[in-house]
Amino acid sequence: MEVISVALPALSDAAGLILQPVVLGYLVLGVVMGLCIGVFPGLGGIAGLSLLLPFMFGMDPVLGLALMIGMVAVVPTSDTFASVLMGIPGSSASQATVLDGFPMAKKGEAARALSAAFASSLFGGLVGAMFLTVFILIARPIVLEFRTPELLMITIFGLSMVGILAGRVAIKGIAAAGLGMMIGTIGEGDSAGELRMATYDMPYLVDGLKLVIVGLGIFAIPEIVALLRKDRAISDRKPLGGGWAAGVRDWFANIWLSVRCSIIGVVVGVIPGLGGSVVDWIAYGHAVQTTRDKSKFGSGEVRGVIGPESSNNAKEGGGLVPTLLFGIPGSGSMAIFIGAIALLGSGNIEVGPSMLKNNLDITYAIVWLLALANVVGTLICIAASGGIARLTTIPFSLLAPFLFMIIAFAAFQSGQDIMDLVALFGIGLLGIMMRRFDWSRPAFLIGFVLSNPAETYANQAVQIAQSRFRKSFEEGIDYIFSPIVIVLLIITVISVVVGLRQAKTIMAEGSVASGSKRAPLIFLLVVLGYLLVAFTNASLIPDYAAADRVFPRFVSGVAIVGCLILLVQMMIRPETHPLFADRETEEDSRHGLWSTLAWFAALLIMTALVGFVLALAVFLFGFIRFRAGRSLSFAAAYTAAGIAFICLMAGLLNRDFPAGLLQEFVDLPWPLT
Amino acid sequence: MEISKTTRRVALGLVAAAAASVATGAAAGGHGIDLSGKTVEWVIPFSETGGSAKWANFYAPLLSEALPGNPTVVVKFMPGAGSTKGANWFQEQKYEDSEGTLIFGSSGSTQFPYLLGDPRVRYEYNDWEVVLASGTGGVAYLPPDLSEKMDGMDASGLRDTDFIYGSQGATRLDLVPLLAWEMLGLNVEPVFGIKGRGDGRLMFERGEANIDYQTSSSYLKGVTPLVEEGTAVPMMSWGALDADGNIVRDPTFPDMPTFKEICEATDGCETSGEQWDAWKAFFIAGFPAQKMVFLPAGASEDAKVTYTAAFEAVKARADFAEISAGRLGKYPQMTGEEAAGALKSGTNVPDAARDFVTSWLQDRYGVSLK
Repeated sequence: MEVISVALPALSDAAGLILQPVVLGYLVLGVVMGLCIGVFPGLGGIAGLSLLLPFMFGMDPVLGLALMIGMVAVVPTSDTFASVLMGIPGSSASQATVLDGFPMAKKGEAARALSAAFASSLFGGLVGAMFLTVFILIARPIVLEFRTPELLMITIFGLSMVGILAGRVAIKGIAAAGLGMMIGTIGEGDSAGELRMATYDMPYLVDGLKLVIVGLGIFAIPEIVALLRKDRAISDRKPLGGGWAAGVRDWFANIWLSVRCSIIGVVVGVIPGLGGSVVDWIAYGHAVQTTRDKSKFGSGEVRGVIGPESSNNAKEGGGLVPTLLFGIPGSGSMAIFIGAIALLGSGNIEVGPSMLKNNLDITYAIVWLLALANVVGTLICIAASGGIARLTTIPFSLLAPFLFMIIAFAAFQSGQDIMDLVALFGIGLLGIMMRRFDWSRPAFLIGFVLSNPAETYANQAVQIAQSRFRKSFEEGIDYIFSPIVIVLLIITVISVVVGLRQAKTIMAEGSVASGSKRAPLIFLLVVLGYLLVAFTNASLIPDYAAADRVFPRFVSGVAIVGCLILLVQMMIRPETHPLFADRETEEDSRHGLWSTLAWFAALLIMTALVGFVLALAVFLFGFIRFRAGRSLSFAAAYTAAGIAFICLMAGLLNRDFPAGLLQEFVDLPWPLT
Repeated sequence: MEISKTTRRVALGLVAAAAASVATGAAAGGHGIDLSGKTVEWVIPFSETGGSAKWANFYAPLLSEALPGNPTVVVKFMPGAGSTKGANWFQEQKYEDSEGTLIFGSSGSTQFPYLLGDPRVRYEYNDWEVVLASGTGGVAYLPPDLSEKMDGMDASGLRDTDFIYGSQGATRLDLVPLLAWEMLGLNVEPVFGIKGRGDGRLMFERGEANIDYQTSSSYLKGVTPLVEEGTAVPMMSWGALDADGNIVRDPTFPDMPTFKEICEATDGCETSGEQWDAWKAFFIAGFPAQKMVFLPAGASEDAKVTYTAAFEAVKARADFAEISAGRLGKYPQMTGEEAAGALKSGTNVPDAARDFVTSWLQDRYGVSLK
């Protein structure tokens, strides 16, 4: 009863928090931005949230949450446009929708497929929100019992799941998560202030890399560069056609399938690491199994749309369970979400047990916002489907410079340092390579986000346990092996064993063809080389600061062992093994990687010389004129609009632009400073 | 109790008198600068989430109203290396480049590395011109069962307890409580790696830490509810400084004994000698002169006068006591000579105190400041 007496007032407080015009306004704004991001193939919630990050500083918590939840919730709805109309997955969560959605569009039933998808998405989203409400109610008393050893144990559980489940080759996932954690340890240690992989001669590294930079570099940049290289002519979009009502009737006729797939979505969402990329396939498989006449699948069976779409919205609710309860992100977008909440409201809110204890109203506000965003998103998708569908026809070469402008600006806001852009470029390159060789990027990002809490929990648990052991042996054992820790330990061991067996069947980012041995091997050696340097660097930390040495040495040790196993496997296995996955062999890119990257390197170098705004003007004009091949006047107009937009944004937020060498010698008026 | 209240009234009276005399002096001084149409940048060397941000965000709009020409005052955050990065940057700024449109807000965390001779410090407080100094206080608290072990103000009953304390690092403001507890003979083991004092409070709430301290505003917000619930009991405040530099009861917590009182009542704790002098020196650097506003090196007399007058006008607002009590606590907001005095006491510790603390840090925590 006490459970309900605490929850009910919190639930109504939460409703009061969000049912304000300004909050709803931000929610709609978030939904609209999420729609745009989701519609463009390849860009998903992670890129969108990363772009929002710099603007979260000091924002009112509820407004910031409305913006972010609006975006997260609507991406699995809006990515359906690309899947159905163009046959390209709008994001990793709707790969399965393509199988039957696109054939329906070819038959002129695009509208029917879309409306069935939207109805399923809405239903799935609401099921997810409902599940989350109930789960928080039940789990809250247990979570409030969590102390440092329990928190450490659940972090280890999350990390092991993410590492194993995030890709086809389990050890690759572990190595990716380890690399992410090692990147997360760069800078001053929390316990004793020793430097890891940094020197005081480069003050930028002392503070470590920021989440904005890593999120944008690992996710947004590789996708944008890949799309830009393909430079797809998007003329083959299918017309919408009619049949909106028919789609909704289809959904209602299959409501039990939708219920079952929503539950699948929630359950899969709860498991850290599985996340969005597999849930649609599982739901699709379920839809096929439970249909008597299987012959129509693949050529336009509406159940093949309803299944995946019900599940991929429901998984957002499930994914919030580990995120909100323990601060363990189950997916890449949740990793960014956690980082963003830390920035909201002057840092008083921290996701995890403390939020459940002190900010239950905020916790429930997140749930309400999720449900509401699903409704608003679906309504907008249906009402504005004609216009949104047209968005997919914008050639990517026109969009990319604009996106790069925003990304560079967002990255610079994290540290107000030109080095932000250099770091973005460097991490972006790493992201491009990880994408190419099918190293799990979500595992990397989650490792990065959890690196700091894992180290802190581990160090503190050890220190407190030592002190308890000094008092008496029993008290120490009681502290470390509480019932919750033992249960978590058992769950972790079982999950790791099962996960290792099943990992082969998981294709997180779709299957990737294997290429030659040489390129994947070189990348592995580079990663191994960095890990070895980091290991040595950590080993050099003197004894009095041992607390800053143990964690990086342990993590890099594990990752090095993983890399060595991979190395041996690479020597034995044939070239066709998934180990040698290489996207370069399957993607028909019209432009080379280096020539595409050169554009952005040029932007970076010019910024260092003449400052951001001048460099941007040259970059935008040059890109539109020469790469996109537009007329001089079009390029000039585009450049003017871009510069005006970024100046307006910087002016509103009262932010500066990166300055270059020129500004050292000449005083220029804002925005050229 | 009665005595301390009187002392406080006298102290406040002195403060007010000093402020008034400085105010008239400032008005009679230079001509001041006009900032119409300009934007004043207030650089804070911390992130948007800390106490310094709250402090600057409180003052910024008030300062904008009070400065001649009502310039826009924007707070800019330049976090890094525990504020050393921002302070090093400010050291390189020249007054001529900004003409009064650049001010800097420092904090106790900026002062301590400076005092301890941290090799990363390339800034020099004496080059800057102080225009405001804000004080704060701190309160240590215990769980109720341990609080009962105290015999009135005598803390010696706590000596057989193993204390655990969530600490941000021995070279930060945590130096003050750690040294105080050691002086009382308590066996406090700091668990390092806490990112903010809020995390320390959470450890206390989870029962993993059994002693903690918070600065005044965080205590009011985070610990007062625990005290009302009965899960925490205040142990002592660090106290406040009166006009003569004596430690007196904190005006925000007049009912709480100060560390000095507890120390006097506890056998083996001395309120004189090198240990006490070191504690007091670092307490003064960390709390009563915690946050200061500076103009860059080479600032003109006119600019100093203008900013001093503006902060005095803010303090003179009829509603100032009311709006500041909730957000800053009841602490002196010093300008003019008083601020200069606070700067002096906050950035100078006797060599003996510094040597004591550096060797104590080395012996006790293995921290070497090369």
